Amino acid sequence: MARITVVRKNRYFDSVFLMQVARRIAGQPGVNDASALLATDANKKVLTELGYGQEGHDADFAAAGPNDLVLALEGEETAVRAVAADPEAWLRRSTAASAATGAAREPRSLREAVEMRPDSSVAVISVPGQYAAREARAALDEGLNVFLFSSNVSVEDELSLKRAARDRGLVVMGPDCGTAFLCGAGIGFANAVRRGPIGIVGSSGTGMQEFSSLVHAAGSGISHAIGTGSRDLSDAIGGISTLTAIDALEADPATSVIAILSKPPGESATQKLMERLARCHKPVVLCLLGAAAMPAETGSLLTASVIDDAVEMALRKAGLGGPARPRPSRDALRAQAAAEVARMRPAQRHVRGLFAGGTFCYQSQAIFRGAGLVVYSNSPIHGMSQLADPRVSLESSFVDMGAEIFVEGRPHPMIDATLRRTRLAAEGEDPSVALVLLDFILGAISSRDPVGDLVPAIRAVRESARRRGDHVTVVGSVCGTDADAQGLEAQTGALADAGVLVFPSNAQAAAFCREAALLLAARKEVR
Amino acid sequence: MAEPLKDLLQGKPVFVNVGVREFGDTLRAAGYDVLHVDWSPPAGGNAEMAALLDDLL
Repeated sequence: MARITVVRKNRYFDSVFLMQVARRIAGQPGVNDASALLATDANKKVLTELGYGQEGHDADFAAAGPNDLVLALEGEETAVRAVAADPEAWLRRSTAASAATGAAREPRSLREAVEMRPDSSVAVISVPGQYAAREARAALDEGLNVFLFSSNVSVEDELSLKRAARDRGLVVMGPDCGTAFLCGAGIGFANAVRRGPIGIVGSSGTGMQEFSSLVHAAGSGISHAIGTGSRDLSDAIGGISTLTAIDALEADPATSVIAILSKPPGESATQKLMERLARCHKPVVLCLLGAAAMPAETGSLLTASVIDDAVEMALRKAGLGGPARPRPSRDALRAQAAAEVARMRPAQRHVRGLFAGGTFCYQSQAIFRGAGLVVYSNSPIHGMSQLADPRVSLESSFVDMGAEIFVEGRPHPMIDATLRRTRLAAEGEDPSVALVLLDFILGAISSRDPVGDLVPAIRAVRESARRRGDHVTVVGSVCGTDADAQGLEAQTGALADAGVLVFPSNAQAAAFCREAALLLAARKEVR
Repeated sequence: MAEPLKDLLQGKPVFVNVGVREFGDTLRAAGYDVLHVDWSPPAGGNAEMAALLDDLL
């Protein structure tokens, strides 16, 4: 067995391409495991923990930095040496992929692209964070709206970009913007939803996906969904992109209801937002996820703190009745939870939530907090406890696996399930675990099989619990539609086959876990 | 004032993709025009040098 690294200095490849390279190499006979990563500190740490570059034997690996590429290979000596002998062969894009782009020659810069297509209207930017503001600025200078997927952009850069955009009548969607839907074009993680009368402005990417998927399931659709980036409604940014997007949707004839999805805004941003909404002549549903206090409702302004409620309100405002399926009552959830809890041993007390969608981590915490339950999290909402090390759960923990520490130099967990799968297996070894809460997110650039990526780990968790004499309940929800390539029905069915309790939304799955957690807490007190 | 965002919502967007190729591929597969920029870190990844170049250009 050999474990070696190969370093290529100053080679940039996007993280999704590198994931595909690693998969191709790992599929070679004799290769057990392969990683292809930029040598960021975080990635070097992960590789060191896996046993690579140990004891200073590997000077190239030790010296590698974030602009360098590392191939980490584990397997039979001859097999890994064969890959290491010609790393470039693995780093060429396939000719089929190049042909698919259709262009004889690709522009080398944004400016050159706009010279080739002066009617360009949106720049989609996903370069590493330290270069993202530079590219976004170039796009605004060329008169393009910006969809900025990159994270790790400073507040100062964000503010200056958004001010520049506002001066030009443009919008910056982002940074850290996961999805948008413009005139039927789904950008980033967007789901395949039909067009319809409901327009969305959102600072939460997975929140917009869940909202639009539930609207689609109810038979309606989305006119446009304009992402704003997670910090837009902070007081530092003042909601610049949110306000621009509201203006655009109010003027848009295809939009009859505007839904705004956000974490609770800052104080001065709230004031600006409420002043603007008071002047809006279209009905608005304001969904402030996990907000403790809500602005007053008016005839044309409805408020919600849970996505499912906001969906029902928007459908009603659009004159379209309710959701596809009635939601279970709290009593029904409690009875279902009681049946699960009855099978658990006394030492089983904790809930572990591992989320690909940051909004789902956030919403689940809010649903627990509403019942007076406290959990640990790496992105805790007000009243919850901070996890000291995001990589190690404590008691009941809800972990946002899309947080920066987990995605620096590697694809988002919605694309690459590796870290979540490893984490799930680790949680399964903990005899204090009673429930596991998971989300699965479909969409164009998501993993081809988000459920399949985790099913072996789910089965392993349930099996190791069974061997201990425990019963671990795995609870999940799938965000997506019947039109997504992965197929909502197929994914939901595969989850159910793996013994997972599947709910139609994250809010319902979290509400079920809340009822179980309350029963577990009550059981402890009786003893 | 020009209102390119409002115009955008009335027409068919044309995209320039900078970074992860799949973002552009997905839009192209859905029938939209996309130009993919063959991007690499400016000044070989030296941020200071890139800032100097930006000032010069």
